[in-house]
Amino acid sequence: MTAEIRTSAEDVLAPKIRGQWRAILSRVVRTKRGATGLALTAVVVLVAIVGPFFSPYSPTALVALPFQRPSATYLLGTDALGRDVLSRVLSGGWLLLCMALAATILGVCIGAAAGISAAYIKGRADGLIMRSADVLLAFPQLVFALLLVSIAGPKLWLIVLAVALGHAPQVARVIRAAALDVSERPYVRAVEIQGVPRRKVMYSEILPNLVTPLMVEAGLRMTYSIVVMAGLAFLGFGQAPPDPNWGIMINENRVGLQSNPWAVVVPALLISLLTIGTNTFTDAVARVAIGVERQPVELTTVVAGGQE
Amino acid sequence: MEVLTSELAAGPEPSIEIRSRKHPVLALASRRVMQGLVTVFLVSVVVFLATEVLPGNAAYSILGHSATPESIHKLELQLHLDQGIVAQYWYWFSGILRGDLGTSMSNGQSVTALVSARFLNSAVLVLLAGFFGTLVGVLAGAIAALRRDRPFDHALSISSLALTALPEFVIAIGLVLLFATNVFHWLPAISLLPPGTTPLSRPHVLVLPVTTLVLVIFPYIARMMRAAMIEALESDYVEMARLQGISAKRILFFQALPNSIAPTIQVIGLNFLYLAGGIVVVEYIFDYPGIGQALVSAVNNRDIPVIQFIVVVLAAVYVVVNIVTDVVALIGSPRRRYAQ
Repeated sequence: MTAEIRTSAEDVLAPKIRGQWRAILSRVVRTKRGATGLALTAVVVLVAIVGPFFSPYSPTALVALPFQRPSATYLLGTDALGRDVLSRVLSGGWLLLCMALAATILGVCIGAAAGISAAYIKGRADGLIMRSADVLLAFPQLVFALLLVSIAGPKLWLIVLAVALGHAPQVARVIRAAALDVSERPYVRAVEIQGVPRRKVMYSEILPNLVTPLMVEAGLRMTYSIVVMAGLAFLGFGQAPPDPNWGIMINENRVGLQSNPWAVVVPALLISLLTIGTNTFTDAVARVAIGVERQPVELTTVVAGGQE
Repeated sequence: MEVLTSELAAGPEPSIEIRSRKHPVLALASRRVMQGLVTVFLVSVVVFLATEVLPGNAAYSILGHSATPESIHKLELQLHLDQGIVAQYWYWFSGILRGDLGTSMSNGQSVTALVSARFLNSAVLVLLAGFFGTLVGVLAGAIAALRRDRPFDHALSISSLALTALPEFVIAIGLVLLFATNVFHWLPAISLLPPGTTPLSRPHVLVLPVTTLVLVIFPYIARMMRAAMIEALESDYVEMARLQGISAKRILFFQALPNSIAPTIQVIGLNFLYLAGGIVVVEYIFDYPGIGQALVSAVNNRDIPVIQFIVVVLAAVYVVVNIVTDVVALIGSPRRRYAQ
């Protein structure tokens, strides 16, 4: 019995797991959807990062009358206060992107840690973790963020934390389901018998086998982070007013939709390209990792809230 | 999705007992209602603690920098901040149960009066969006499954990928641009309702908000419906019906369609859950007087009693929809009743 377990453990442990995510990504990039998603995302990320260096005017300077149509001097016209739209577009993306990325990383880490712990430790810890997840899930994500913001004010770290805490329970559910299966495998039993501490089993035996669900989760959460962050900014809870932000721009310039629609259309287009890009890329990852035929069901259930 | 967590919490024995005594649907319903009550209670505790414990005394945060010691003290008495935290919680929670929600801090109006009309308006929006979203989603998914790998299927696949990624406010702005301000001028860009009027008496103001929400939710339902329909069409019972010479139409409407709607119910429920939060942004954009818009302005004014109540109500709606979905899904798929 022991001998059997040991041989199977050696067999399974032998293949390299470390390069797994790289292997999946290189396959994803070669698919049509994967390449499209990556290209769309890359264009917007480039605009957001390089943009501030090419801004023709200061993004907060009042340069002309409000809602001027595009002209040679102001390529995208001016906004509600008479600031240059192009300059604000070029400078208004990077912080949104950084905050979305931070919230995604934080949310996926907390969720993965909670999900793996719940699945592996089981018993009371599992009950406690999943009950807390249920309570957090009862708050719509944007409403939860609004609740926190209403108390401590629209601080940027608080918004990141609020969005991350909104992601965590959903990630935890998906990862718990996947980890339950992994934790029953013979090679996990084998290292347990050898007396390896629990934390190490979770970190070096279970975690590496959750690469695929984690990649899909991270992609989905990134899309949602951008959606929720931009939505909060749109509602007026983000950077303080004079600073440019694509979400805020759409809100403050929509009264002038008929005079200068570009002040709304361009930031809306950039946000759309970005989220469509990350979503398309994630879809390609799911197709490669889970398989084309099963994909629609899997992705729908995963997207819609982590069913098992 | 709930089966795993609830079973682990309850242990294996009760489920065996339940199976032998009660009707499985009834057993699940009662267990889920109990869990739901606990969740709503815990949500109310979280909301209360969040508004009490997080940095900044509530009285100070309401009055802002202009606060004087006297005005802070007066407000503290009004909020019962001088009493212990459990007593404060009980005062607040029992108030909600009695229907006494306190007074709004920004205008002194009672929260009940402020919220009740808006609640109805939001319900109209959610129900209409849920109904049309389900209708469009089920139809589009079924057609895509029937015309698999043909242009309609591909178009649905690509457009659903794009639509599920877009924020609600971008879809809403796109619709406003197209149908209200720039291209066509058919519909109002904002959905104002004069006090005392109901949204159903002015249906034109509902078109754009409902369309926005339908565009957000239908792709999820269509995807699930398509997958379930394909599975049904490839199943043995459909094959058998075909071999028996039953007409294609009959097979479609009496075999494949009912069997693919059952697994889709869960996703439909999840989309109603989404709507509980999705109305916030959409109501704000269209100036539609619902509880979502009230929440945004309450957050701007730090009107804590209003925030507390709306957040608890939205969470309670979420829990109720969850329970209803589980029970309906169980009724819809007899196999699963005994699977647990």
